[in-house]
Amino acid sequence: MSAAPNATPAGAGQPHTQVGAPILRITALRKSYGTHEVLRGIDLDVARGEVVAIIGKSGSGKSTLLRCINGLEVFQHGSLIVDGRHLLHDNPKAMRELRQGVGMIFQNFNLFPHLSVGRNVMLAPHLVKRRPGPENAARARQLLARVGLAEKFDAMPDKLSGGQQQRVAIARALAMDPAILLCDEITSALDPELVGEVLRVVESLAEEGMTLLMVTHEMSFARKVADRVIFMHQGLVHEIGPPAEIFSAPRSPELRQFLSSLQD
Amino acid sequence: MPLQLDFTSILVQWPLLLRGAAWTVGLTAVATLLGAALAIACAWARSNGPAPLRWLVGTYVELIRNTPFIVQLFFIFFGLPEIGIRLSPATASILAMTINLGAYATEILRAGIEATPRGQIEAAESLALTRAQIFTRVVLPPALRKVWPALVSQIVIVMLGSAVCGQISTEELSYATNLIQSRNFRAFETYIVGMLAYLGLAILVRTLLNWAGPRFLFGR
Amino acid sequence: MPDFTLWDILRNLALAARWTVALSLAAFLGSAVVGLGLLLVRLAGGPWLGRAVGAYVQLFQGTPLLMQLFLLYFGLAAVGFDTSAWLAACVALTLYASAYLTEIWRGCVAAIPRGQWEASASLALSFGQQFRHIILPQALRIAVAPTVGFLVQVVKGTALASVIGFVELTKAGGMIANVTYEPMLTYGCVALLYFVLCFPISLSARLLERKLAMRTPA
Repeated sequence: MSAAPNATPAGAGQPHTQVGAPILRITALRKSYGTHEVLRGIDLDVARGEVVAIIGKSGSGKSTLLRCINGLEVFQHGSLIVDGRHLLHDNPKAMRELRQGVGMIFQNFNLFPHLSVGRNVMLAPHLVKRRPGPENAARARQLLARVGLAEKFDAMPDKLSGGQQQRVAIARALAMDPAILLCDEITSALDPELVGEVLRVVESLAEEGMTLLMVTHEMSFARKVADRVIFMHQGLVHEIGPPAEIFSAPRSPELRQFLSSLQD
Repeated sequence: MPLQLDFTSILVQWPLLLRGAAWTVGLTAVATLLGAALAIACAWARSNGPAPLRWLVGTYVELIRNTPFIVQLFFIFFGLPEIGIRLSPATASILAMTINLGAYATEILRAGIEATPRGQIEAAESLALTRAQIFTRVVLPPALRKVWPALVSQIVIVMLGSAVCGQISTEELSYATNLIQSRNFRAFETYIVGMLAYLGLAILVRTLLNWAGPRFLFGR
Repeated sequence: MPDFTLWDILRNLALAARWTVALSLAAFLGSAVVGLGLLLVRLAGGPWLGRAVGAYVQLFQGTPLLMQLFLLYFGLAAVGFDTSAWLAACVALTLYASAYLTEIWRGCVAAIPRGQWEASASLALSFGQQFRHIILPQALRIAVAPTVGFLVQVVKGTALASVIGFVELTKAGGMIANVTYEPMLTYGCVALLYFVLCFPISLSARLLERKLAMRTPA
């Protein structure tokens, strides 16, 4: 699954940060639902082109953290900067600009069921980027080819398998030329035999230099693709390091327990 | 002309308002009991009765649901005397409200009855229960519980609709309101007070029925 | 009354029924506009405005349409705003129906999975774009049947305009009953005409509902 020859390299949207500066900087981020604090002070820098996997038990706050990065969740304290832009919840215009640089893939695909596959991919570039029709369509076809679904341009989402829907969702996110792509347990809702086709697409994105932040339960995939792995526990980044270290030499008992619970 | 509102001249008429509200609640209570009985009978006929009876019930439900309440009321109060049936305003009101609620409640109940799992009825049949027993003991209670919120909404709608009964001089709340405004010439304030009184009654009746239904009607 | 045949009664009622239709259409269109506005306020206006819309719905669903008509016609006249019966009926029915429509449509919007909002938000669509391009087309599909069904309530609601003297079907029936001394026949014909207006709408609402249920996978 190689990229089409004239594809824009992933993450090539106009960079707003100097080379070397982190593309995502999270500082002292805290979030609570009522009295329950879900994120209890998160600090994290992600460099351009880096692939970061987030692991941890359910309820550890990993999905919430991911959803904070494009403003789907509102946090109470701390700051979050993506590609040089501060996340400002109560400024809709700033939020839309930030979100143009942050793509998201959901566990349940969330394709728009009333639009064909092609129009799913073309809608946001048309509305938000005002990309002209012919260019938009050509780009959409190219992205669908890249995820291996060139022939599904006119199909409706409910005619596709879960794996195909998720690959359309990836093409849809890529169409906005995001600087960073968030993947929220994107294979959890798939039948086991469909997981591979989606992971292969993600892997090819990683190889092309896309900045990826993914919450995942696929440990072998994280180990293979990630540059860094984050283990979250009770709303904190509990351990962080290269995959070899995290998986082979866990330092904390919590991580050891988590990893051994996966073997069962 | 500067707008000067005066609510005190209405509130001093509180006995009239209270009497009207009592009438409205009373009419609604009677119509609810009779209408519910009518609806249960119709729902039974619809699921167990012979074909002509089923057709008759269907026609009744559609006729009522597709004509305005005020026309039903006028037909009963002004029309029936033509064939010698002369009813007092209160009786005509109760009859109209009963027939109206009965039709809607039949339709509401039907939805709940149709949702009864086939196996429940078969189990009851295998225990040698009669058809009437099956209907009243096995089918009706869960159906009633299921559609209770919809039924409560409909009862409130019928109560609010009963404001029209003042037009045949039934002395309910809207009649009382009209009486007060004809005495004090403060139509604007009077109707606001009247509306708020209805709003209070609607909230009260809804709360009461939602609370009482699960406790007294069909167990927990 | 020998010079008033059944045909005369029906013909005169049918002529008056045109006003019932006109009032129904005016109120339905008006309430659709107001209802949609209220829906948008509820979706995007923040908690306080949302609560205000909630109170509006409570008020108009919790009070009799007849009292709303009285307030707008006699009540406003008493404080110096003279309105015609037509205008008062239009406004009252619009307000009343908009409270129901906005509530019906809110249910339809709530039936659209949250993920659709989130996916479109994550693609940097504005609230207006999310609603217009993603939520509305999907909600519209499920809203058609209950909306058509509610039109029946609007048609029946117009009968109350007779009480403030607007000559539509019911009022015409009353006037004819008074001259013919045949109230039973007249009100029977009035009911029949309402049925002719409403039953096809009820029926089509039911068909639409069934069609939708068949197309939606269980």
